[in-house]
Amino acid sequence: MNAPLPQQHAPQLLAERIPLEGTGAVDVERQRAVVAALKAFLPDDCVLWREEDTRPYECDGLTMYRQLPMIVALPETEDQVARIARVCFEMQVPIVPRGAGTGLSGGALPHGRGVLLSLTKFNRILKIDRLACTAVVQPGVRNLAISDAVSHLSLYYAPDPSSQIACTIGGNIAENSGGVHCLKYGLTLHNVLRVRGVTVEGEVIEVGSEAFDSPGLDLLSLVMGSEGMLLITTEATVKLLPKPVCQQVVMASFDDVGKGGDAVAAVIAAGIIPAGMEMMDKPAVAAVEPFVDAGYDLDAESILLVESDGTREEVDEEIAHIEAVLRANGATRLEVSQSDAERHRFWAGRKAAFPAMGRISPDYYCMDGTIPRKRLGEVLKAIGAMEVKYGLRCANVFHAGDGNLHPLIMFDSNDNDSSMRAEQFGFEILELSIAVGGTVTGEHGVGVEKIHQMCQQFDASTLESFFAVKRAFDPAGLLNPGKAIPTLTRCAEYGKMHVKGGQLAFPHLPRF
Amino acid sequence: MLAPNEVVRSLQERVRSAAANREQLVIRAGGTKDFYGNRTDATPGQLDPRKYCGILDYEPTELCLTACSGTPLVELERALEKHNQMLAFEPPHFGSTATLGGVIASGISGPRRASAGSVRDFVLGATLLDGRGNVLTFGGKVMKNVAGYDVSRALAGSLGTLGLILDVSLKVVPRPAVEQTLKFELAESEAIQLTNSWAGQPLPVSATAWLDGVLSVRLSGSNAGVRAACAKLGGDPLNSAAEFWDQLREQTHAFFTNTDPVPVWRLSVPPSTAPLNLGATLIEWRGGQRWICSTAHAAEIRACAEAAGGHATAFRNGTFSNVFHPLSPALQQIHRRLKDEFDPMRLFNPGRMIPNA
Repeated sequence: MNAPLPQQHAPQLLAERIPLEGTGAVDVERQRAVVAALKAFLPDDCVLWREEDTRPYECDGLTMYRQLPMIVALPETEDQVARIARVCFEMQVPIVPRGAGTGLSGGALPHGRGVLLSLTKFNRILKIDRLACTAVVQPGVRNLAISDAVSHLSLYYAPDPSSQIACTIGGNIAENSGGVHCLKYGLTLHNVLRVRGVTVEGEVIEVGSEAFDSPGLDLLSLVMGSEGMLLITTEATVKLLPKPVCQQVVMASFDDVGKGGDAVAAVIAAGIIPAGMEMMDKPAVAAVEPFVDAGYDLDAESILLVESDGTREEVDEEIAHIEAVLRANGATRLEVSQSDAERHRFWAGRKAAFPAMGRISPDYYCMDGTIPRKRLGEVLKAIGAMEVKYGLRCANVFHAGDGNLHPLIMFDSNDNDSSMRAEQFGFEILELSIAVGGTVTGEHGVGVEKIHQMCQQFDASTLESFFAVKRAFDPAGLLNPGKAIPTLTRCAEYGKMHVKGGQLAFPHLPRF
Repeated sequence: MLAPNEVVRSLQERVRSAAANREQLVIRAGGTKDFYGNRTDATPGQLDPRKYCGILDYEPTELCLTACSGTPLVELERALEKHNQMLAFEPPHFGSTATLGGVIASGISGPRRASAGSVRDFVLGATLLDGRGNVLTFGGKVMKNVAGYDVSRALAGSLGTLGLILDVSLKVVPRPAVEQTLKFELAESEAIQLTNSWAGQPLPVSATAWLDGVLSVRLSGSNAGVRAACAKLGGDPLNSAAEFWDQLREQTHAFFTNTDPVPVWRLSVPPSTAPLNLGATLIEWRGGQRWICSTAHAAEIRACAEAAGGHATAFRNGTFSNVFHPLSPALQQIHRRLKDEFDPMRLFNPGRMIPNA
């Protein structure tokens, strides 16, 4: 999570230089009219519009961007959500759905002329089906609350984003959230069977099914990760998995980050799909070790954690195999957890990596590119060069199994120049992720944060087809407008284009 | 042989000229899945992607394979086998000429689906030639990617109605070290109960099938894991197990071949659904996929599937105006809008998914 940024010091960030849709002051007259329309069916305490009430909603986990919503609505039933949608559709008021507000890309940044639709009151687990291994939940249920509720059945919900104590399943669906166990157990997409929701026109639809598939196009794929721009989720059926009987983790040190990367490839080449495979570079290890006392090797250039889970027999066999592969690939030190307490200790540092940064730097900026694993060594080298270029330190934690890199850029938000350099540093990492064949976001979403890099990752026709998908669900463009997909005009203003075959994508548009 | 980009250019020209002449196009390569879906309304021209063929990129350690849609499925499987990897969703070929494009467009998964996932689950990225002749690029080659709507996954099962699939990147997985199939004599309801209860336990079950009072269960994984599971589950080993699972996957098993001309229905229902009593039944996916040979009215079969929370498809031998389960009006509207956006002239596979659309 990013540390809060005092507003009076806010630097001129890119999104402020090219204003986002829906920024600016609230139109009081319009506010009065929409409040009246909503209060016709919502209790008074479910419609917030005074500044002191709406202020807490001005940002999500990406605190660099703030905007007061015109109104905050807190519905309690699906019917109320549908009526809010119909009112907003008739009055042409934008809707921004919001879960716990832990998102890191500004996907739930309010719209200044819109309704922020908070789904926190939808916090009930409606049904647990032990035989089918499913749970029906409301979108405001916290990710970890699902696993807690089925723990006595020896079941759990697999996706585990680091914010799982606080983040909600509705937000996970909006971002297609990942976590440290994705390589083996998949993303939110692979663990949610069905989503029920309200369209912007106020119709209730269901995508996906409690069966293994549904007729027609697979709309669940489109809704998953759509950042609240296609559908307002009101209910979901999630898949539950048997809790592994046994878990063990190998911790390995390497004297070179490249060797660590090669060892990751070697584990995969050996036919092993570990439950988790995480890497930290030396600066990350140095930052977390004093914080958690995990016993990490402070001399290592990188540390690799490889987890195996399953039955006792499976884990014994797999751990031996992993150890052999890591040793053959130049691990300088190997330790295998001998108890659950030790396993938790090995993981503690990785899980505390983000807060640990907060101890050694006033602020940090967390990036989220995914790269082909084989390019890891060169990407880390390039990030090292950027540290010099921008005069800022950067620690790297890496979901090594699936190539998802989280560079943590350390800066000081009280210093405008430092903030600007952090932003530029981050953008350069994202651009590098695209250049090596990866993506600007592995699990945090585009939101407002990475909207400009979308211009580089996708060509004009593809961006236009994203708008086509949006129109199919939301022809009026009222659901979370201005997020995730940049308009071609915005791309032209940003001035960095997806170049294919030496041809700029938007030759007809003026440059700034 | 033409270079891939030249083939794409010629396919683009074909689509653009079809759009100009208001000519409709059926996308067809090996034709192994001609039987599947609704009959097309008109007598359109053909769009054959088989010249767009070959593996573009395969990095075993990245667990990703990218190939042209016209690549024969057997060629992909051969390449994967060399590195001891496979397509986890076990796509049926339904004939020796099956191509990657047909695998994705049909979206049909094999016996491993209930435990490993579907075609959709393994798509990482795709390029699509749309109805304007534009080449669109979705997703990528990495496991985690949430930039833009996930259109590449939605192409799985799209039956070519949104456009011609060009390149596809798939996540591939290691082959299990060992496989062992056990059989149990059980009534239908007991088999459904048992296979579902196994799903809640850490067991390496990779496929299940129930037919004529016999439940077959395939275990896949490490030596130690499969050995321990066999000891725990009991049952008797099934001889010629590989052949048995192959017959199910390819529907060359007598259950499918002896029925002509009785329609073979595919009911996709929540796996723990009790027996449906609709006729001769073969159950896969721990109850989630039920093959039923029946001459009953379509409405009766659909009502039964719907009551269970699923849907019914007249998979083979059906002569119905719509072999697929009808969509709700709200979903139909979204489908229509998507079709209009991606294929505004309605060139591709007219009516194959939704009659008159």
